[in-house]
Amino acid sequence: MIPITALEQPITASEPPSRRDAFVELEKVTHTYGRGERQVHALTETDLRIEQGDFVALVGPSGCGKSTILKLVTGLINASSGYVYVAGRQVGAEPVRVGMAFQNPTLLPWLTLLDNVMLPLKIVPPYRQEYRAKRKGEFRDRIETLLAQVGLAGFSNKFPWQLSGGMLQRASLCRALIHEPQLLMLDEPFGALDQFTREELWGVMQDLWMTRKPTVLLVTHDLKEAAFLATRICVMAARPGRVIDDSVVPFPRPRTVEMSYDPNFTVLTQRLRQMIMHAPSAKESVP
Amino acid sequence: MNSQFRRHIASAALIIGFFVAWEVLCLGFGVRDIVLPRPSQIIYTLFARLPAIWPHAMQTLYTTLVGFGLGIVFGVLIGALIGSSRLAYDVGYPLLIGFSSIPKVAVVPIFVLWFGAGTVPAVLTAMILSIFPIIVNVAAGLATTEPELEDVMRAMKASKLDILLNVGFPRAMPYFFASLKVAVTQAFVGTVIAETVASNKGIGNLMMIASSSFDVPLVFAGLLIIAALGVGLYVIFSLIEVRVTGWARRNDEFAMG
Repeated sequence: MIPITALEQPITASEPPSRRDAFVELEKVTHTYGRGERQVHALTETDLRIEQGDFVALVGPSGCGKSTILKLVTGLINASSGYVYVAGRQVGAEPVRVGMAFQNPTLLPWLTLLDNVMLPLKIVPPYRQEYRAKRKGEFRDRIETLLAQVGLAGFSNKFPWQLSGGMLQRASLCRALIHEPQLLMLDEPFGALDQFTREELWGVMQDLWMTRKPTVLLVTHDLKEAAFLATRICVMAARPGRVIDDSVVPFPRPRTVEMSYDPNFTVLTQRLRQMIMHAPSAKESVP
Repeated sequence: MNSQFRRHIASAALIIGFFVAWEVLCLGFGVRDIVLPRPSQIIYTLFARLPAIWPHAMQTLYTTLVGFGLGIVFGVLIGALIGSSRLAYDVGYPLLIGFSSIPKVAVVPIFVLWFGAGTVPAVLTAMILSIFPIIVNVAAGLATTEPELEDVMRAMKASKLDILLNVGFPRAMPYFFASLKVAVTQAFVGTVIAETVASNKGIGNLMMIASSSFDVPLVFAGLLIIAALGVGLYVIFSLIEVRVTGWARRNDEFAMG
């Protein structure tokens, strides 16, 4: 088990000094779901380091533990063994603002778009205190600006059921970003969208990342999406889930959709695809 | 709003039709008023003896509202506890089921024993009759909150209280209001039961005295008053429900369309 002192002093002499400059670090993380015979090994002895301001994509077949990593880093679940550090501290204790967007928009149906996007400002410090001090008007302007940035100007007073899936996903991105998170977790946020909306939102996402520079961890099935958005792509294999490749994406920014039809781009996605399909000891492969 | 209004008109017309049919059948078959008085006789009695009936009606309304109010407060508290804690759910549910199986008439004498005859046993009976649907629905509303919505909050490191206030309670609102409409009529039943058994005030007491002197039109006038009060409160809570939980209704239509 994790020693209690680790919560207060995560950096001890026995640990490698390089930890200090990694914003997110997974160290020999193993995670299993369930018990006994029905136990599923989602992750085995996984190491992963993400520098501050990096945009890392996790790709791999279904069941390789991509989403598990996301949940571990967000603190939604606790690792069965191993350590997860965020900003040099054990996850959960770190004073880091986290934003998260899921495959489903998960907006609250009883709130308007404006109030949905307002939610993090109501909950996350330091905005929480400002919210209570009735700085709602200023927050409202900020939300309207962000909504306009993702193409939702004029929709802030609509309820979620009045909007299309693509619009909801845009609003969901706004909710993940409104509190200026240092760490942004994206769990296949564009997975359920049509191709045109998806490509448009890649551009929106890239702009938002380039202006705000949060550290991003993106889980995706779409290799093109990973190559378009990420600065680094980690390929994972299933059963047991682990990282088998970690490579930098060399294309200059801002990237465009046209670039994704460039031969070099195709070579990269082909290489990723081959790697996932022929992952060692993987019993199941999904391109 | 317009279709809502039309719906009210239609239901009112049907209800009036029911009373007209009652009147006509009683006249046609020559039913005596000691067996079943005609609506016109009941309404005549109601207005002729209103000064005598009115204080009893107010007593019943007051008792019911106090009991119902207590039922809401404790129902929401207990429902929130049961709905948000696994342990409280496991412990509370069997107790609740057992408790709700007890005929409430049986507990009135116990309340009378503890608090004496009068208003207090009636308030408590109204409370225990109305509390059960509220607890069950609030607990169900909280327990069925989608885990994804909670994950959204937990990713922001929201406290349990934050999650309850921002996701749990709003999510449980439609359930809560559905239960209020049932609970308010149950509260009337509770009040009248207790008044019938042990009180010298209230519509229940009035009906007991009237029936022992074979004043059947007055008994029915009492029933009419209770029914009217029950319907009135039901309508009030329905209107509040539409305003507060409109998102849930529109969402259903949206999903169906």
